[in-house]
Amino acid sequence: MSSRQPDPQKLVIIGNGMAPGRLLEHLFEARGAYDVTIFNAEPRVNYDRIMLSPVLSGEKSFDEIVIHDDAWYADRGITLHRGEKVVAIDRVARTVTSENGLTAAYDKLVIATGSTPFIIPVPGHDLPGVLAYRDLDDVTAMQAAATRGGRAVVIGGGLLGLEAAAGLKAQGMEVTVLHLMPSLLERQLDPAAGYLLQKELERRGIEIRCGADTREILGGDRVEGIALKDGTVIEASLVVMAVGIRPNIRLARAAGLDLGRGIVTDAQMRTSDPDILSVGECAEVDGRVYGLVAPLYQMARVAAATLTGAEAAFCHAETPTKLKVTGINLYSVGDFGDGPGREDVVLRDAARGSYRRVILRDNRVIGAVLYGEVADGAWYSELLTSGEDVSAMRDTLIFGQAHQGGGAADPLSAVANLPDAAEICGCNGICKGAIVDAIRDKGLTSLGEVRARTKASASCGSCSGPVESLLALTLGDGFRKTTEGMCGCTPLGHGEVRRLIVANRLKSIPAVMQELEWSTANGCAKCRPALNYYLLAEWPGDYVDDQQSRFINERVHANIQKDGTYSVVPRMWGGMTSAAELRAIADVVDKFQIPDVKVTGGQRIDLLGVRKEDLPAVWSDLNDAGLVSGHAYAKGLRTVKTCVGSTWCRFGTQDSTGLGIRLEKFLWGSWTPAKVKLAVTGCPRNCAEATCKDIGVICVESGYQIVYGGAAGLHIQGTTELGTVATEDEVIEIAAALTQMYREQGHYLERIYRWAERVGHDTIRAAILDDAVSRRAYHDRFVFSQKFSQTDPWSERVSGVDKHEFNPLAVFGRQEMEPAE
Amino acid sequence: MNAVPTPAKFDWRLIGTVDDIPIQGARCVEAGDTRIAVFRTATDEIFALEDRCPHKKGPLSQGIVHDGCVTCPLHNWVISLSSGTAQGADEGRTATFPVRVTGRDVYLNLTPGA
Repeated sequence: MSSRQPDPQKLVIIGNGMAPGRLLEHLFEARGAYDVTIFNAEPRVNYDRIMLSPVLSGEKSFDEIVIHDDAWYADRGITLHRGEKVVAIDRVARTVTSENGLTAAYDKLVIATGSTPFIIPVPGHDLPGVLAYRDLDDVTAMQAAATRGGRAVVIGGGLLGLEAAAGLKAQGMEVTVLHLMPSLLERQLDPAAGYLLQKELERRGIEIRCGADTREILGGDRVEGIALKDGTVIEASLVVMAVGIRPNIRLARAAGLDLGRGIVTDAQMRTSDPDILSVGECAEVDGRVYGLVAPLYQMARVAAATLTGAEAAFCHAETPTKLKVTGINLYSVGDFGDGPGREDVVLRDAARGSYRRVILRDNRVIGAVLYGEVADGAWYSELLTSGEDVSAMRDTLIFGQAHQGGGAADPLSAVANLPDAAEICGCNGICKGAIVDAIRDKGLTSLGEVRARTKASASCGSCSGPVESLLALTLGDGFRKTTEGMCGCTPLGHGEVRRLIVANRLKSIPAVMQELEWSTANGCAKCRPALNYYLLAEWPGDYVDDQQSRFINERVHANIQKDGTYSVVPRMWGGMTSAAELRAIADVVDKFQIPDVKVTGGQRIDLLGVRKEDLPAVWSDLNDAGLVSGHAYAKGLRTVKTCVGSTWCRFGTQDSTGLGIRLEKFLWGSWTPAKVKLAVTGCPRNCAEATCKDIGVICVESGYQIVYGGAAGLHIQGTTELGTVATEDEVIEIAAALTQMYREQGHYLERIYRWAERVGHDTIRAAILDDAVSRRAYHDRFVFSQKFSQTDPWSERVSGVDKHEFNPLAVFGRQEMEPAE
Repeated sequence: MNAVPTPAKFDWRLIGTVDDIPIQGARCVEAGDTRIAVFRTATDEIFALEDRCPHKKGPLSQGIVHDGCVTCPLHNWVISLSSGTAQGADEGRTATFPVRVTGRDVYLNLTPGA
């Protein structure tokens, strides 16, 4: 023994995966006095194994997924033996010995040998070209195989198998997934979500065969194919087995420790030998073994506590599942099998390919499966963990958190409403309170700092959004969001860009890009149309519309169709037309051989399949009959739909048609952040469907009820009532003021309902209904901007504007194409 | 601008001037059954691609031009003007055609480039 301090105890760790890596972090945070030696069978430092899939697909490099680099070990005086596989534990001598004969003594030992991939023992399983998907070596081997091309067969349609399949596809291989069960990810998804997932993967060109049982892997020197039990033979240059993992317990068995499926430990992660702990996929706690990172990190935390003499206990928690394939969003948590006493709430949207199912028992959430739109997953998971009685919100539960308690879809309020104990980062088990405390106490101001300090969002990163919301909530105005700008060209968000355009009096797209430090030379297809709109809305009469920053539909005033032809919709004010107009339309259809004529949902007639070069002539003929552009393509006023009202209907209370025509004649031509559709209905029977429009008017005996913020497309949303007024003139003024407020505040492509949820219905009501001065000011600004926008774009182009859009630059006939000699 | 005329080819055609094409826009050239989109960037570079997105044959000439690429109007694939290859996660390639600019005159070679 040395003179003053006792020698630090010797801690030996077998394995250097994510669990022991995390254990060490906790240990050094707690200033645990250990002299640490690690044996790592892999010849490298500790890395984020769950990010191997992005490395395989090429989206990340290995360096990006390293958790601890060499310096980290050096700084902490840790001895790391790389490529040294431990082959024996001597519990009497308290030593471990490696394959190369290296021996280390321990006072405490941690076994973190993880798991080994299960290889189905079919004939041919040991051929070269048959791989598992477990570590960086496998990824490197797969990437090397991918450069040779050909077809990869992935056996196993679980999380790992599908990530491997997507990664190999991204590397350019043809990919087939064989899955024994009838639907993919059957442990994480129900069949409906499994189906959506299969469809999406197939759309990406990955072949999926469910119910496929492998008989044999074929090949001579290396793998050449695979034979199924049904006789099918699939050619393959690479076979990846991803059918499951088994806890790696060989060393523990040889050392005589208690075993179940894994190395049995108590809740403090101690094995049957109290000086030996076990963490990670090899450990079995309370009869369970784990494969997802969140419980493994919990084990690491508990083991570190045990090693430093602190109290902690591992307790089982449901871990949500996500698939790390870019562009595929799925989320599942808890129990979602069928069973007695269970109640399902399901929401499907076939067009969007989204699916959501919440499973209840005794009015409590016991499971949830989400596919497509998954932002509410954390909320359901929270309800599941808290065991809260959800009967009060039973009717709206399925729509998600935004639809609870008055409908605040704002992510900030969603996060604000979470209790401190709510888990934000599932991978690292970081709850809201810990993040907020760290932001406050350590003065953190960015996502990166929060990651560095708390680990929240540092693993798979899918909770970055909520973490940023917490920064915004905690810091208030002091937080400037650094990610998720309006596009990849700028870190600034839409609101900020709009504000700066006004504040700095920026009046052109190049000015905005220069002054606000765009990272690209001329922006992209996302930001340019947005900037063009913001400038147009802010500087009416001053800013010159940049046609090349507009989407083609707004440039040629027609809707592009899948075959490159266009559809043309003439305006029919309030949905009214006449024999003369219909005759003119019929003549145009005949003359230009327009293949299809269709009545739209907004009470218009759509001429489909017009060739681009015919557009000016089509418009000219329509113009001659008094028809103008219906702006069916515009981020602007589309249609005002009406019913026949008091003119014809025995229930009509007011002249809804006349009011609709007035509104349309007043509002047409204005550009808005997203499309705007109106309806005026003559009585509360609502035949014109005013209650799902951006702005709706419901005529009643005493006047006009004005509603707004509805939607009936991708998103279904009933309107919110603004107020009731007595006269048509008031309706017009309010509709114009409301449109102008939206024009000035809306983010590009943000519909009125989204904008209203963001700024708040009370704010809008105060500015538009309650405050007559404010209303008048908005109205007047709208009227001013209309001076510059109410020009029929068709007649402009008929008279020669943008002629270049419609004529080819040069035409070479087939004969001219023959070489001259 | 990306090719030198090969004496063996007689396919160089004068199609117009740089100024006939809108900045950050495109015009089309009909060459028999093939439609070629001729693009002009913000810095007056001229590129020519077959007017056909590798994804679903969308008319690239109708897309928004930005930073050496065009975004297809149908499904927002981003295609490199110089190589014709799809950017990002998408995979595919559109034929490119050599272009030569002499003064303001634009010559197009009707044989696709390598």
